[in-house]
Parts: sequence; structure tokens; C-alpha cells
Amino acid sequence: MTFKLPRRAGLLAAAAGLICVAGFADLALAQTAASPAAAAAPATPALVPNKGDTAWMLICSALVLMMSVPGLALFYGGLVRAKNMASILTQVFAIVALVGVIWTLYGYSMAFTDSGGALTPYVGGFAKAFLMGVDANSTAPTFSNGVVIPEFAYFVFQMTFAMITPALIVGAFAERIKFSAVFFFVLLWVTFVYFPIAHWVWFIPAPDDVAAAAKAVAAAANGAAKTAAQAKLDEITGSAGWLAGSGALDFAGGTVVHINAGIAGLVGALIVGKRVGYGKDLMPPHSLTMTMIGASLLWVGWFGFNAGSNLESNGTTALAFVNTMVATAGAALSWLLTEWILKGKPSLLGICSGAVAGLVAVTPASGFAGPIGALVLGLIVSPVCLFFVSTVKNTFRYDDALDVFGIHCVGGIIGALGTGILVNPALGGVGITDYTNFAGNNAGTYDFATQMLAQGKAVLATLVWSGVGSAILYKVVDLVIGLRPTTDAEREGLDITDHGERAYNM
Amino acid sequence: MKIVMAIIKPFKLEEVRDALTSIGIHGLTVTEVKGYGRQKGHTEIYRGAEYAVSFLPKVKIEVAIATDQVDRAIAAIVGAAKTGQIGDGKIFVISLDHAVRIRTGEADAAAL
Repeated sequence: MTFKLPRRAGLLAAAAGLICVAGFADLALAQTAASPAAAAAPATPALVPNKGDTAWMLICSALVLMMSVPGLALFYGGLVRAKNMASILTQVFAIVALVGVIWTLYGYSMAFTDSGGALTPYVGGFAKAFLMGVDANSTAPTFSNGVVIPEFAYFVFQMTFAMITPALIVGAFAERIKFSAVFFFVLLWVTFVYFPIAHWVWFIPAPDDVAAAAKAVAAAANGAAKTAAQAKLDEITGSAGWLAGSGALDFAGGTVVHINAGIAGLVGALIVGKRVGYGKDLMPPHSLTMTMIGASLLWVGWFGFNAGSNLESNGTTALAFVNTMVATAGAALSWLLTEWILKGKPSLLGICSGAVAGLVAVTPASGFAGPIGALVLGLIVSPVCLFFVSTVKNTFRYDDALDVFGIHCVGGIIGALGTGILVNPALGGVGITDYTNFAGNNAGTYDFATQMLAQGKAVLATLVWSGVGSAILYKVVDLVIGLRPTTDAEREGLDITDHGERAYNM
Repeated sequence: MKIVMAIIKPFKLEEVRDALTSIGIHGLTVTEVKGYGRQKGHTEIYRGAEYAVSFLPKVKIEVAIATDQVDRAIAAIVGAAKTGQIGDGKIFVISLDHAVRIRTGEADAAAL
């Protein structure tokens, strides 16, 4: 998934005397490559979104919404005690609604515009705040040259990602945080943590703009013209978010969504503190039925998340879909088998947890790995996550109530690093894309060390920015409104004390 | 008059009811309860977190009957509820002072 510069940037490029075009114009370009000045003159017909791509992206947006409500809400809800069920469901639902509003007002602009100054690689600007200048005719680029989708489809698809990410966090401090604190924290967190990180990883220049500038470089005579054209190309590629610019690959959100939410959850669990009675009282899940329904809805919705992140409907979309299926099946199975061997029984919560771990791990790799690579990734991720949610958590005794860190952060890191390995064409991956290599079908060169360095940098940057940023924001919220309910309120259950209702009246 | 109270395994409830009905005891009260005896509890594991569940679900039945029916009732319950495994439950017999049927006002033996 990703993003890009507004189409306007392309027009500017054309005005600058470069050939800015796309799609079927490529053909004309090839024919007139010898005289670039002539090619720049005729008006370029605007690219028209394909109806199938548009329909696909809107359906995917709805699928990703379904992951949050009811998917994630039920997955989490089933894992808490019955007295906190309404609390979890309300928190997730409210976060979805809140972020939907913020995304429309300024979130989309902060994540997916070019702020134009020194902060360009780090955060977007407010050019599209209140969706200024975005209408039904606006288009957003995809990963293919000459293919666009309606900007509204891109906007709403990305919105659903911004909705689910903060909703993932609340599992870490479930059953012991004030609703008002969650509400205020999420408002701050998406603004200062999520939108910048989404910009770092997913804001890339339009492939058509890169290709046009690269063609101009190739066509320019040596000397000043070449230098100018190269400067233009550098300016366009330099407008990318800094992690995307450094070559980090994250197809659908291993860093932006899962590592980001996972580390924010861990920090939250530590700062909020353990639940009253943690380690003494029994706190088993109140309904594994709900959890199974939620996990299943997550799996189905995740096809929108991963396959939709290709931004159009083509072969890579099908690859991402298949990878999402295969890795998840492998991970569900490997968690089940690991638990069966180590604990003696194959458990429902185990297979559901494994499925989610697999979905998390395959997220960054879904459009880059081959199916067998994805399968291996799925098989590996579950035992590691199981180790974290049982052994590591019990050793350090932090109360990450619903294992947001152990599954989303750890699974996300495995996926992000695994992507750097599995994208290798020698391992069945799709290889690196280089839009300046227009003559070579956009093929880039894969180098293991370079790629792993870029992946590691993205992981570390996300851990640090989200970890430190979240810690500061929790402290701010604690000072302003307080994070924890009273001990009595927590004992009675947040359903009654925070919301004045029960999830179940039976 | 006596109350025969039996704590049995939940899945034995229907067999016990049939056994009591077959010896002419009509009407019993059932409560879902939790408890422990020699069976102790069991262990549940959720993502590696082990919980010792010490209270197991059981069913408590209570029947109010004439004193001369008690031995047959006990035999019927034992016959139906016994599996031979730890955790089959217990039977307690308690004296009953007075009984009234609310609809008619009949008392004691006539109310059973």
C-alpha cells in the first residue's frame, strides 16, 4: 500500500519540460523519445480509474472495517471477563468512529501529502485537511504505471487502517483503563504516532512521475540538461517518506500497524500497571466462542487488508490473497501443534491465536513473498509468538492482557524481517521494484544485506518512535484525566462503572 | 418428611430423574452449583497461562418425600448417578418440618 504525490505534481513535471505521462502514453513516448521537447507539448489525457479496480478497493475498505467491528472487538471481547465485555466492545467501536472523523479532518492529509519543507520525509502537511481539493474526479496512483484509482477509494481504504491500529492497542491494558483515557489517548496517538509513521513507510511518489523523470534523464543530452533532469528525478524520489525512500518494504502494515500498535500496547501495559488480582485471581476468557468468531472475521477481513493493499485488482493482488490464506493456515496449524506437543492438548484459543499471528506476519510480506515463502513464514511465527505470550510474559510478569505485544509486535517484527528475506526472487519472491528502470520492466536488484538493513531500520524506527512517543502520551493523559479507574470500579467491572450497562443481562 | 439432597455429575441428571420417576417420586428441584471434594479441580491453559480450576460444575437436586420413601430414593439416585469414578457426588438427607402447597393450602404429607 502506499501513496503518492497528487496528480498535480505530474503536471508540474510536464510544465517543467519533462515528459510526464502514463499509461498508453508510454507508447507515444517511446515513439518520440528522440525529441522529448515535442512530446511534452500535447496535453496528456487524464488517466481514468478502472471500474473493476474501483469496486475492488471499495469492497476491501468495507472488509477492513469488518476486521475492527465486529472482528477485533469480538476477538478481544471474548478474552476478557464478562464484566468487561461491554467496555472492550465500546472502546473498539468508539476508536473506529473517532479515527474516522480525525482521518477526514486532517489525518489523511498528515499521512499522505507532501508537506514541501524540511519535514517532507517525516510528516505530511495540511494541504488536504478537510479533504480540500479532493473530489470524485481526483485520482490516486497505484503501484503500476498508468493505473489510478479514485482518490476517495484510496482515502477510505487508508482510513480503515488508521481505525484498526489504535483499536489493537487497547487489548494490552484491557479491563483496567478508563474509557475517557482511551478516547483522549487515541486522539493524541494517531496524530503524533500513527500519521507520521504511515507517512514514513507508505508515502511514495507516483510510479508514473518517477518513470517520466527517469525517462527524461535517459533522454537528456549530457551536461546541464542531464544534471537538471537528474535533479528533478532526485527531487521526486526524495519526496518519499524516509523509510520508504530507504528501501524498506511493508506491503500492508507490518511496521505501521502491527509493530506500531504492539509496542504502544506493551508500553501502555507497563505504565497503566497490572490488573488488580493479576497472578492471583482466575482471569480466563469469558467466551472462546466470541473469540473464534472474531478471529474468523479477522481472517476474512484481512483479505481486504492485504490483497487490497495492492491498490488495484491484478495478479499481485491474487498473490497477496493466496499468501494471506496460506501463511494463516500454516500459522494456525503450527500454534495448534506446538501447544499440543508442549501442553498436551490442542486448544481453540491456540489455533485462533496462531491464525492471527500468521495474518500479522504475512501482512508486510503479502505482496512480496511467494506462497511457499509465506507458508514458511506462517509456520515459524506461531511458536515464536507462543514463546513470548507464555514464557517471556510469565518471566517478566508484565500484564499484556490480550497479548498485543506478544502477537502483534513480535509477529510484526518477524514478518517485517521475513519480508526482507522472502522478497528475494531466488526464494520465490517478486523481487524489488525500481520505477526508474522503465526499460527493464521496473525490475530492481535484490541485495540481502541492503534489504535487511532497510527492514531493520524500519523496525527500529517504529519501535523507538512509537515506544517513546506512546510513553509520553500515556503520561500526558495520566496527568490530565488519569489512566486508571479506582480499584473498586475495576473490581466491579468497567461495564457498569464506565458505561452503566452490562454486556449480558441473563 | 425428609429432604433428600444429592450433588451429582451434571450429565447424570436425566438418568437420576428417570430413576426417581420410576419409583413414584414426582417433582424435584435442580440447581447448578460448583464445588469440590476429593476430585479436586482441573487445570485450564489459555495461551500458556495455567489456571487451577478448583470448583467444578455439579448439579444439586432436592426432593421432598415421605420418610418411608427415603431408602428407595437413595437407592435410585445411587443406581443412576454412579460411575465408579471420583467425583460422582454425595447424598444428604435432611429432616423436613413442614410443607405447604401454595395453590391449595394443603399441608405436610398432602403437599408432597
